[in-house]
Amino acid sequence: MVKTKKVIDERIDLDWTIGDFGNESEDRIFVNNQDVRIIKKEWRMQPILEVKDLVTRFYSVDGVVHALNGISFQLFERETLAVVGESGSGKSVTMMSIVGLIPQPPGKVEGGEALFTGNGRSQDLLKMNDDEIRRMRGGKIGFIFQDPISSLNPTMTIGGQIAESMIEHLDLNNAEARTRTIKLLQQVGIPDAERRYNSYPHEFSGGMRQRVMIAIAMACEPQIVIADEPTTALDVTVQAQIVDLVKRLQNSMGVAVIWITHDLGVVAGIADRVVVMYGGTIVENAPVDALYNNPQHPYTIGLLNAIPRVDESGDVEEEELASIEGQPPGLLQPLVCCPFASRCNYVFDRCWQEIPGLRSIDTGHDVACFYDVTQDRPYEDL
Amino acid sequence: MSNEAIADPLVRVVDLKKHFPIKKGVLVSRQVGAVKAVDGISFDIKRGETLGIVGESGCGKSTTGRAVLQLQKPTSGHVYFEGTDLTTLDETALRNLRPKMQMIFQDSVASLNPRHSVGKIIGEPLRINGVGTEREVQERVFELMGLVGLKAEWVKRFPHEFSGGQRQRINIARALALNPSFVVCDEPISALDVSIQAQVVNLLKELQNRLGLTYLFIAHDLSMVRHISSRVAVMYLGKVMELAARKELFRDPLHPYTQSLISAVPVPDPQLERERRQFILKGDPPSPSHPPSGCVFHTRCPIATEVCATTVPEFHEIRSEHFIACHLADSEGGSKIPEKTILASQTM
Repeated sequence: MVKTKKVIDERIDLDWTIGDFGNESEDRIFVNNQDVRIIKKEWRMQPILEVKDLVTRFYSVDGVVHALNGISFQLFERETLAVVGESGSGKSVTMMSIVGLIPQPPGKVEGGEALFTGNGRSQDLLKMNDDEIRRMRGGKIGFIFQDPISSLNPTMTIGGQIAESMIEHLDLNNAEARTRTIKLLQQVGIPDAERRYNSYPHEFSGGMRQRVMIAIAMACEPQIVIADEPTTALDVTVQAQIVDLVKRLQNSMGVAVIWITHDLGVVAGIADRVVVMYGGTIVENAPVDALYNNPQHPYTIGLLNAIPRVDESGDVEEEELASIEGQPPGLLQPLVCCPFASRCNYVFDRCWQEIPGLRSIDTGHDVACFYDVTQDRPYEDL
Repeated sequence: MSNEAIADPLVRVVDLKKHFPIKKGVLVSRQVGAVKAVDGISFDIKRGETLGIVGESGCGKSTTGRAVLQLQKPTSGHVYFEGTDLTTLDETALRNLRPKMQMIFQDSVASLNPRHSVGKIIGEPLRINGVGTEREVQERVFELMGLVGLKAEWVKRFPHEFSGGQRQRINIARALALNPSFVVCDEPISALDVSIQAQVVNLLKELQNRLGLTYLFIAHDLSMVRHISSRVAVMYLGKVMELAARKELFRDPLHPYTQSLISAVPVPDPQLERERRQFILKGDPPSPSHPPSGCVFHTRCPIATEVCATTVPEFHEIRSEHFIACHLADSEGGSKIPEKTILASQTM
């Protein structure tokens, strides 16, 4: 018995059908009546990306930069995972390490694994050779970078750049790629797509260029899209447009998104789950509501208190922003204790002696801290 | 205007314009147009207050800051500082007034000489203006470093040895060296991390209270401007769209642009973000070299009418101390974006 749930997304002129074929273990998704993907139900709760103990170092002239000190997280199908942290916390390095974009030398991914599960098969991205990982990038894993002007080729037309990845990854011929590209340009909200196909990047505004970047990222129907600070260089009104666009495309195409940012406001609007990074480690990993309503790591708490808001009622003028005193850690020393110890209000002797591991304090809520801020005392099992 | 009347606010800006010529031709260059970066703006800055200027990139907020300080000669208009019209002064007279007006820049790397030590950088304004003996200069440098939270033993260090937040403190110390009364802060925290931003903003506020400073605070981050300003001016394409006390502007924005700008800023609360009605403006801001006719915002305005495309709205006082440039603004809230337009923007 065929049961179909038809989802028509008029805004982007796409017709999605999720077909349930009475088969308990499979779902099919149709786009404009073409079968694009079979989703086994059992995969749904399995992570499509599982990163374990990732260690990356850079061997610079000043010494060894300990950029990542054991990063572990999971990404589930169709979810948006936000990775939050300040500059130097390792959020971009994590993503670059996973997809083999760390320049080697000076960089080196020294340990860990990154298991990517697609079509029922698990592969370690870190063990792939250059050719295999290149096929993943732009194919199964799409990218949106912060700076579209330096990520786009200035000598190639917009359309040519999008079609290029389709020809490369999807084995389309030129005419097919062109048709699909124009369709995609319309989907990402570029008016007059047919004519704009032949435009060059410099003819576009910042927001439009970022739309092109998104089109390239989505061109080959990826399973994961990694967005590295995609709205940081944009004005707020344009940022709102881009956030809205990514959300809509994600819903209709069913990709998982890793959104790297330092803006906790944007995170609140898009994320399902949040990973907070500090000094090359993950200090907290929580569902978005839990993170904002019940932050457990002193750094997360400090960060949330330090941001001013546009919506608070009452008078804020006399109020001081709660700042986190001190500076983020230098990464030239190997990590021997909690990286936040020197700035932490709850610090005690143990924090200086060893590195706190992630402990689970609630379903899906992990924190790397020895101090239980809720009870206002160190965790009892220590 | 008598001298007494304009001596009241510390700074009074009247119909300030700054147009940059667009030239064409190799041998004989002729002007073919102008980028109207700042196009006729007026505001007062009262003693001891912080006037925030917000707007998107290219709206002319930084040019305003520079034109007020005469770092870029305005095309026309007047800037009164303590009653003196700066636009009529010659270089020497201006130079004598400069110690009272200082500036803090966004890019702390580019604004500090990499070959000078911190002590030399902070002491330079004192040495240039011949204030005190070398010994007094040294003492003042240590005093300033203490004031902004830099350790005295760092006096011999060079800018590259500091983090972004500390470099911004050096910038602040240098700006304060000559005891100014007016400081233009041009995006002083935009390049800093969140936790460091809060440190610098708190420092600026503390210094204002302690030294009675008056700030012109330029930023694109509305939430930070809301935090530090007493009054806020919203700029778009070289014009001030709305100017009001901070509390009133954020609680009851009247200009459609201000409404959409505030609505576009994400709120760090997932619950609220899901429920919030967000109005999303379409398109990008037009180029300031070809600004739209009439109201410059009419091309993106969701409630624009015919008159908006033809007539430039006057910048007028709609309530006490609340200025706006919009044809539709009236006491019945005619310039409010209606609920159904907001909903439509979310499903388009």
